[in-house]
Amino acid sequence: MAIVTKILFMAVTSIFINNFVLSRFLGLCPYLGVSKKIDSAFGMGMAVIFVMAIASAFTWLINQYILIPANMQYLQTIAFILTIAALVQFVEMFIQKTAPALYKSLGVYLPLITTNCAVLGVAVINIGEGLSFLASILNGFFGGVGFTVVLLMMAGIRERLEKAELPKSMQGMPIALIIAGCMALAFLGFSGLNLG
Amino acid sequence: MSAFKELTKGIFKENPTFVLVLGMCPTLAVTSSLKNAIGMGMASTFVLMFSNILISLLKDLIPSKIRIPAYIVVIASFVSIIDMAMAAYVPELHKNLGIFIPLIVVNCIILGRAEAFACKNNVFKSALDGIGMGLGFTLSLSVVSIIREILGAGQLLEIDIMPQAYEPMLAAILAPGAFITLGLLMALINIIKDKKKVEKE
Repeated sequence: MAIVTKILFMAVTSIFINNFVLSRFLGLCPYLGVSKKIDSAFGMGMAVIFVMAIASAFTWLINQYILIPANMQYLQTIAFILTIAALVQFVEMFIQKTAPALYKSLGVYLPLITTNCAVLGVAVINIGEGLSFLASILNGFFGGVGFTVVLLMMAGIRERLEKAELPKSMQGMPIALIIAGCMALAFLGFSGLNLG
Repeated sequence: MSAFKELTKGIFKENPTFVLVLGMCPTLAVTSSLKNAIGMGMASTFVLMFSNILISLLKDLIPSKIRIPAYIVVIASFVSIIDMAMAAYVPELHKNLGIFIPLIVVNCIILGRAEAFACKNNVFKSALDGIGMGLGFTLSLSVVSIIREILGAGQLLEIDIMPQAYEPMLAAILAPGAFITLGLLMALINIIKDKKKVEKE
Protein backbone atom coordinates (compact mmCIF):
# COMPACT_ATOMS: atom_id res chain seq x y z
CA MET A 1 0.00 0.00 0.00
CA ALA A 2 2.82 2.38 0.89
CA ILE A 3 4.27 1.94 -2.58
CA VAL A 4 0.97 2.80 -4.25
CA THR A 5 0.65 6.05 -2.31
CA LYS A 6 4.27 6.87 -3.07
CA ILE A 7 3.65 6.41 -6.77
CA LEU A 8 0.52 8.54 -6.56
CA PHE A 9 2.45 11.31 -4.82
CA MET A 10 5.07 11.13 -7.51
CA ALA A 11 2.42 11.39 -10.22
CA VAL A 12 0.82 14.45 -8.68
CA THR A 13 4.20 16.06 -8.07
CA SER A 14 5.50 15.69 -11.59
CA ILE A 15 2.21 16.34 -13.38
CA PHE A 16 0.95 19.32 -11.41
CA ILE A 17 3.47 20.75 -8.98
CA ASN A 18 6.71 20.43 -10.94
CA ASN A 19 5.19 20.36 -14.37
CA PHE A 20 7.96 20.03 -16.94
CA VAL A 21 6.62 22.71 -19.24
CA LEU A 22 5.08 25.28 -16.94
CA SER A 23 7.36 25.26 -13.95
CA ARG A 24 10.62 23.74 -15.19
CA PHE A 25 10.54 25.34 -18.65
CA LEU A 26 11.50 22.18 -20.47
CA GLY A 27 10.13 21.09 -23.82
CA LEU A 28 8.83 24.49 -24.80
CA CYS A 29 9.63 24.19 -28.50
CA PRO A 30 7.14 21.37 -29.16
CA TYR A 31 4.76 22.93 -26.63
CA LEU A 32 4.55 26.10 -28.70
CA GLY A 33 5.15 24.45 -32.06
CA VAL A 34 2.91 21.35 -32.12
CA SER A 35 -0.03 22.76 -30.16
CA LYS A 36 -2.16 24.02 -33.03
CA LYS A 37 -4.32 20.90 -33.38
CA ILE A 38 -5.52 18.42 -30.76
CA ASP A 39 -4.77 15.38 -32.94
CA SER A 40 -1.15 16.21 -33.50
CA ALA A 41 -0.74 17.32 -29.90
CA PHE A 42 -1.99 13.93 -28.76
CA GLY A 43 0.41 12.09 -31.07
CA MET A 44 3.33 14.16 -29.92
CA GLY A 45 2.37 13.68 -26.27
CA MET A 46 2.22 9.90 -26.56
CA ALA A 47 5.59 9.79 -28.33
CA VAL A 48 7.13 11.98 -25.62
CA ILE A 49 5.77 9.84 -22.75
CA PHE A 50 7.16 6.74 -24.40
CA VAL A 51 10.60 8.16 -25.14
CA MET A 52 10.96 9.90 -21.78
CA ALA A 53 10.27 6.70 -19.85
CA ILE A 54 12.65 4.60 -21.96
CA ALA A 55 15.33 7.29 -22.03
CA SER A 56 15.18 7.57 -18.23
CA ALA A 57 15.78 3.83 -17.92
CA PHE A 58 18.66 3.68 -20.39
CA THR A 59 20.48 6.79 -19.23
CA TRP A 60 20.23 5.58 -15.63
CA LEU A 61 21.75 2.22 -16.56
CA ILE A 62 24.51 3.84 -18.61
CA ASN A 63 25.36 6.25 -15.82
CA GLN A 64 25.34 3.52 -13.16
CA TYR A 65 27.16 0.74 -14.98
CA ILE A 66 29.40 2.50 -17.48
CA LEU A 67 30.12 6.09 -16.47
CA ILE A 68 30.48 5.66 -12.70
CA PRO A 69 32.73 2.54 -12.76
CA ALA A 70 34.90 4.16 -15.44
CA ASN A 71 34.92 7.43 -13.50
CA MET A 72 33.80 9.36 -16.53
CA GLN A 73 30.84 11.34 -15.22
CA TYR A 74 32.16 14.41 -16.97
CA LEU A 75 31.12 12.77 -20.25
CA GLN A 76 27.51 12.67 -19.01
CA THR A 77 26.15 15.22 -21.46
CA ILE A 78 27.73 13.61 -24.53
CA ALA A 79 26.83 10.09 -23.44
CA PHE A 80 23.21 10.98 -22.69
CA ILE A 81 22.50 12.88 -25.86
CA LEU A 82 23.99 10.08 -27.96
CA THR A 83 21.95 7.50 -26.05
CA ILE A 84 18.79 9.49 -26.61
CA ALA A 85 19.49 10.04 -30.31
CA ALA A 86 20.24 6.36 -30.84
CA LEU A 87 17.24 5.33 -28.78
CA VAL A 88 14.84 7.52 -30.70
CA GLN A 89 16.18 6.14 -33.97
CA PHE A 90 15.84 2.58 -32.69
CA VAL A 91 12.33 3.10 -31.33
CA GLU A 92 11.33 4.57 -34.66
CA MET A 93 12.60 1.53 -36.59
CA PHE A 94 11.12 -0.88 -34.06
CA ILE A 95 7.66 0.66 -34.18
CA GLN A 96 7.78 0.85 -37.94
CA LYS A 97 8.41 -2.90 -38.17
CA THR A 98 6.12 -4.18 -35.42
CA ALA A 99 3.23 -1.72 -35.29
CA PRO A 100 2.77 0.07 -38.60
CA ALA A 101 -0.53 1.59 -37.45
CA LEU A 102 1.10 3.15 -34.40
CA TYR A 103 4.01 4.27 -36.56
CA LYS A 104 1.65 6.14 -38.83
CA SER A 105 0.31 8.22 -35.96
CA LEU A 106 3.57 8.68 -34.01
CA GLY A 107 6.17 8.44 -36.77
CA VAL A 108 6.46 12.08 -37.75
CA TYR A 109 6.96 13.20 -34.15
CA LEU A 110 9.68 10.75 -33.20
CA PRO A 111 12.65 12.43 -34.93
CA LEU A 112 11.64 15.76 -33.41
CA ILE A 113 11.98 14.32 -29.92
CA THR A 114 15.77 14.03 -30.04
CA THR A 115 16.04 17.78 -29.63
CA ASN A 116 13.21 18.02 -27.10
CA CYS A 117 14.97 19.30 -24.04
CA ALA A 118 12.49 17.60 -21.69
CA VAL A 119 14.02 14.22 -22.59
CA LEU A 120 17.63 15.19 -21.89
CA GLY A 121 16.33 17.26 -18.99
CA VAL A 122 14.64 14.34 -17.26
CA ALA A 123 17.77 12.23 -17.67
CA VAL A 124 19.94 14.91 -16.07
CA ILE A 125 17.40 15.55 -13.29
CA ASN A 126 17.14 11.82 -12.45
CA ILE A 127 20.89 11.56 -11.99
CA GLY A 128 21.16 14.92 -10.23
CA GLU A 129 18.53 14.00 -7.68
CA GLY A 130 20.00 10.54 -7.18
CA LEU A 131 16.75 8.70 -7.93
CA SER A 132 16.63 4.91 -7.97
CA PHE A 133 16.15 2.97 -11.20
CA LEU A 134 12.40 2.52 -10.76
CA ALA A 135 11.88 6.08 -9.55
CA SER A 136 13.75 7.35 -12.62
CA ILE A 137 11.45 5.49 -14.99
CA LEU A 138 8.37 6.72 -13.13
CA ASN A 139 9.73 10.26 -13.13
CA GLY A 140 10.22 10.06 -16.89
CA PHE A 141 6.79 8.55 -17.44
CA PHE A 142 4.87 11.03 -15.29
CA GLY A 143 6.95 13.91 -16.61
CA GLY A 144 5.78 12.90 -20.07
CA VAL A 145 2.18 12.66 -18.86
CA GLY A 146 2.46 16.17 -17.41
CA PHE A 147 3.81 17.42 -20.72
CA THR A 148 0.93 15.79 -22.60
CA VAL A 149 -1.71 17.22 -20.27
CA VAL A 150 -0.61 20.83 -20.76
CA LEU A 151 0.04 20.27 -24.47
CA LEU A 152 -3.54 19.03 -24.95
CA MET A 153 -4.95 21.93 -22.92
CA MET A 154 -2.97 24.37 -24.99
CA ALA A 155 -4.10 22.76 -28.25
CA GLY A 156 -7.72 22.91 -27.13
CA ILE A 157 -7.44 26.61 -26.36
CA ARG A 158 -5.62 27.40 -29.57
CA GLU A 159 -8.18 25.58 -31.72
CA ARG A 160 -10.85 27.88 -30.33
CA LEU A 161 -8.61 30.89 -30.66
CA GLU A 162 -8.62 30.44 -34.44
CA LYS A 163 -12.05 32.01 -34.53
CA ALA A 164 -11.33 34.79 -32.06
CA GLU A 165 -10.68 38.29 -33.32
CA LEU A 166 -7.26 39.38 -32.23
CA PRO A 167 -5.21 42.49 -32.96
CA LYS A 168 -2.82 41.68 -35.78
CA SER A 169 0.28 42.08 -33.67
CA MET A 170 -0.95 39.57 -31.09
CA GLN A 171 -1.68 36.75 -33.52
CA GLY A 172 0.34 33.57 -33.41
CA MET A 173 3.25 33.35 -31.00
CA PRO A 174 2.51 36.34 -28.71
CA ILE A 175 -0.98 35.18 -27.76
CA ALA A 176 0.24 31.60 -27.35
CA LEU A 177 2.86 32.79 -24.87
CA ILE A 178 0.35 34.84 -22.93
CA ILE A 179 -2.01 31.87 -22.69
CA ALA A 180 0.91 29.79 -21.49
CA GLY A 181 1.52 32.47 -18.88
CA CYS A 182 -2.08 32.26 -17.67
CA MET A 183 -1.80 28.47 -17.48
CA ALA A 184 1.43 28.76 -15.52
CA LEU A 185 -0.34 31.15 -13.15
CA ALA A 186 -3.08 28.57 -12.63
CA PHE A 187 -0.54 25.79 -12.08
CA LEU A 188 1.25 27.97 -9.56
CA GLY A 189 -1.71 27.26 -7.31
CA PHE A 190 -0.55 23.66 -6.98
CA SER A 191 2.83 24.68 -5.64
CA GLY A 192 1.43 25.14 -2.13
CA LEU A 193 0.35 21.52 -2.13
CA ASN A 194 2.26 19.64 0.52
CA LEU A 195 2.53 15.91 -0.04
CA GLY A 196 4.52 14.29 2.56
CA MET B 1 31.41 44.82 -45.60
CA SER B 2 29.64 41.51 -46.06
CA ALA B 3 31.60 40.03 -43.16
CA PHE B 4 30.29 42.78 -40.94
CA LYS B 5 26.79 41.90 -42.10
CA GLU B 6 27.23 38.28 -40.99
CA LEU B 7 28.02 39.59 -37.55
CA THR B 8 25.16 42.05 -37.20
CA LYS B 9 22.34 40.07 -38.81
CA GLY B 10 22.06 37.84 -35.76
CA ILE B 11 21.62 40.79 -33.47
CA PHE B 12 18.59 42.46 -35.05
CA LYS B 13 17.42 41.28 -38.44
CA GLU B 14 17.56 37.55 -37.72
CA ASN B 15 17.49 37.69 -33.94
CA PRO B 16 17.28 34.04 -32.86
CA THR B 17 14.74 34.56 -30.09
CA PHE B 18 12.36 37.21 -31.35
CA VAL B 19 12.50 36.67 -35.11
CA LEU B 20 13.44 33.02 -35.60
CA VAL B 21 11.67 31.91 -32.36
CA LEU B 22 14.36 29.39 -31.44
CA GLY B 23 15.78 28.48 -28.05
CA MET B 24 12.66 29.20 -26.05
CA CYS B 25 13.51 27.09 -23.00
CA PRO B 26 16.57 29.00 -21.79
CA THR B 27 14.95 32.29 -22.77
CA LEU B 28 12.15 31.66 -20.33
CA ALA B 29 14.01 29.73 -17.67
CA VAL B 30 17.12 31.74 -16.90
CA THR B 31 15.79 35.27 -17.33
CA SER B 32 14.69 35.83 -13.74
CA SER B 33 17.79 37.99 -13.22
CA LEU B 34 20.10 39.87 -15.55
CA LYS B 35 23.18 38.16 -14.15
CA ASN B 36 21.89 34.70 -15.04
CA ALA B 37 20.76 35.90 -18.46
CA ILE B 38 24.19 37.29 -19.34
CA GLY B 39 25.91 34.16 -18.03
CA MET B 40 23.67 31.94 -20.13
CA GLY B 41 24.06 34.18 -23.18
CA MET B 42 27.85 34.15 -22.93
CA ALA B 43 27.99 30.38 -22.47
CA SER B 44 25.78 29.88 -25.53
CA THR B 45 27.85 32.35 -27.55
CA PHE B 46 31.00 30.39 -26.73
CA VAL B 47 29.42 27.11 -27.80
CA LEU B 48 27.89 28.65 -30.93
CA MET B 49 31.14 30.19 -32.09
CA PHE B 50 33.32 27.13 -31.58
CA SER B 51 30.81 24.62 -32.88
CA ASN B 52 30.31 26.78 -35.98
CA ILE B 53 34.08 26.96 -36.53
CA LEU B 54 34.63 23.24 -36.08
CA ILE B 55 31.64 22.20 -38.17
CA SER B 56 32.66 24.52 -40.96
CA LEU B 57 36.17 23.00 -40.88
CA LEU B 58 34.77 19.48 -40.95
CA LYS B 59 32.02 20.09 -43.47
CA ASP B 60 33.75 18.19 -46.28
CA LEU B 61 34.64 15.24 -44.07
CA ILE B 62 31.21 14.54 -42.56
CA PRO B 63 28.97 12.40 -44.77
CA SER B 64 25.63 14.14 -45.14
CA LYS B 65 23.67 11.09 -43.95
CA ILE B 66 25.11 11.13 -40.46
CA ARG B 67 25.62 14.87 -40.20
CA ILE B 68 23.07 15.47 -37.44
CA PRO B 69 24.62 13.00 -34.93
CA ALA B 70 28.06 14.33 -35.87
CA TYR B 71 26.96 17.91 -35.19
CA ILE B 72 25.43 16.89 -31.89
CA VAL B 73 28.70 15.29 -30.76
CA VAL B 74 30.63 18.43 -31.69
CA ILE B 75 28.16 20.64 -29.83
CA ALA B 76 28.04 18.33 -26.80
CA SER B 77 31.84 18.43 -26.53
CA PHE B 78 31.90 22.20 -26.36
CA VAL B 79 29.01 22.21 -23.90
CA SER B 80 30.96 19.84 -21.63
CA ILE B 81 33.97 22.16 -21.83
CA ILE B 82 31.97 25.23 -20.84
CA ASP B 83 30.13 23.23 -18.17
CA MET B 84 33.36 22.23 -16.48
CA ALA B 85 34.95 25.65 -16.93
CA MET B 86 31.97 27.37 -15.33
CA ALA B 87 31.87 24.89 -12.45
CA ALA B 88 35.51 25.71 -11.76
CA TYR B 89 35.58 29.50 -12.19
CA VAL B 90 32.05 30.76 -11.50
CA PRO B 91 30.54 28.07 -9.24
CA GLU B 92 27.71 30.29 -8.04
CA LEU B 93 26.48 31.11 -11.53
CA HIS B 94 26.94 27.47 -12.50
CA LYS B 95 24.66 26.47 -9.64
CA ASN B 96 22.02 29.05 -10.55
CA LEU B 97 21.86 27.98 -14.18
CA GLY B 98 21.91 24.34 -13.10
CA ILE B 99 20.38 21.93 -15.55
CA PHE B 100 20.24 24.53 -18.32
CA ILE B 101 23.97 24.35 -19.00
CA PRO B 102 23.94 20.72 -20.17
CA LEU B 103 20.73 21.56 -22.00
CA ILE B 104 22.59 24.01 -24.26
CA VAL B 105 23.19 20.84 -26.33
CA VAL B 106 19.55 20.72 -27.35
CA ASN B 107 19.20 24.46 -27.82
CA CYS B 108 17.82 24.59 -31.34
CA ILE B 109 19.71 27.80 -32.15
CA ILE B 110 23.02 25.98 -32.15
CA LEU B 111 22.00 22.98 -34.22
CA GLY B 112 20.01 25.34 -36.42
CA ARG B 113 23.06 27.51 -37.21
CA ALA B 114 25.22 24.45 -37.85
CA GLU B 115 22.68 23.10 -40.31
CA ALA B 116 21.69 26.39 -41.93
CA PHE B 117 25.00 28.24 -42.00
CA ALA B 118 28.21 26.58 -40.84
CA CYS B 119 27.95 23.59 -43.16
CA LYS B 120 27.76 25.86 -46.21
CA ASN B 121 30.16 28.69 -45.41
CA ASN B 122 33.87 29.19 -44.72
CA VAL B 123 35.42 29.26 -41.25
CA PHE B 124 35.71 33.02 -40.96
CA LYS B 125 32.10 33.70 -41.89
CA SER B 126 30.84 30.87 -39.67
CA ALA B 127 32.72 32.23 -36.68
CA LEU B 128 31.23 35.68 -37.23
CA ASP B 129 27.78 34.19 -37.68
CA GLY B 130 28.20 32.28 -34.42
CA ILE B 131 29.30 35.38 -32.51
CA GLY B 132 26.51 37.49 -33.99
CA MET B 133 23.80 34.95 -33.24
CA GLY B 134 25.19 34.47 -29.75
CA LEU B 135 25.18 38.19 -29.07
CA GLY B 136 21.65 38.48 -30.44
CA PHE B 137 20.58 35.70 -28.10
CA THR B 138 22.33 37.38 -25.17
CA LEU B 139 20.67 40.68 -26.05
CA SER B 140 17.18 39.22 -26.08
CA LEU B 141 17.80 37.29 -22.85
CA SER B 142 18.99 40.54 -21.27
CA VAL B 143 15.95 42.53 -22.41
CA VAL B 144 13.54 39.95 -20.98
CA SER B 145 15.50 39.64 -17.74
CA ILE B 146 15.82 43.41 -17.21
CA ILE B 147 12.03 43.75 -17.34
CA ARG B 148 11.49 40.75 -15.08
CA GLU B 149 14.11 41.67 -12.52
CA ILE B 150 12.91 45.26 -12.20
CA LEU B 151 9.23 44.30 -11.92
CA GLY B 152 9.72 41.19 -9.85
CA ALA B 153 12.44 42.20 -7.41
CA GLY B 154 12.80 45.97 -7.85
CA GLN B 155 16.45 45.36 -8.58
CA LEU B 156 18.91 45.38 -11.45
CA LEU B 157 22.06 43.26 -11.16
CA GLU B 158 21.03 42.79 -7.52
CA ILE B 159 21.15 46.54 -6.79
CA ASP B 160 17.91 48.14 -5.60
CA ILE B 161 16.80 50.68 -8.15
CA MET B 162 13.11 51.12 -7.50
CA PRO B 163 11.79 53.57 -4.88
CA GLN B 164 11.18 52.18 -1.39
CA ALA B 165 7.43 52.26 -1.80
CA TYR B 166 7.57 49.85 -4.75
CA GLU B 167 6.02 46.51 -3.92
CA PRO B 168 7.86 43.82 -5.95
CA MET B 169 5.58 41.87 -8.25
CA LEU B 170 6.55 38.34 -7.38
CA ALA B 171 4.70 36.80 -10.33
CA ALA B 172 7.11 38.47 -12.76
CA ILE B 173 10.02 36.42 -11.44
CA LEU B 174 8.04 33.20 -11.30
CA ALA B 175 7.05 31.14 -14.35
CA PRO B 176 3.96 33.12 -15.50
CA GLY B 177 5.94 36.36 -15.68
CA ALA B 178 8.38 34.76 -18.10
CA PHE B 179 5.69 33.71 -20.55
CA ILE B 180 3.71 36.93 -20.39
CA THR B 181 6.76 39.23 -20.65
CA LEU B 182 8.03 37.39 -23.71
CA GLY B 183 4.56 37.36 -25.30
CA LEU B 184 4.10 41.10 -24.87
CA LEU B 185 7.63 41.82 -26.14
CA MET B 186 6.93 39.77 -29.27
CA ALA B 187 3.68 41.64 -29.84
CA LEU B 188 5.59 44.92 -29.48
CA ILE B 189 8.16 43.80 -32.05
CA ASN B 190 5.34 42.84 -34.43
CA ILE B 191 3.87 46.33 -34.07
CA ILE B 192 7.24 47.97 -34.80
CA LYS B 193 7.75 45.72 -37.83
CA ASP B 194 4.30 46.58 -39.23
CA LYS B 195 4.92 50.30 -38.73
CA LYS B 196 8.21 50.06 -40.62
CA LYS B 197 6.54 48.20 -43.46
CA VAL B 198 3.85 50.86 -43.75
CA GLU B 199 6.47 53.61 -43.76
CA LYS B 200 8.38 51.90 -46.56
CA GLU B 201 5.28 51.70 -48.70
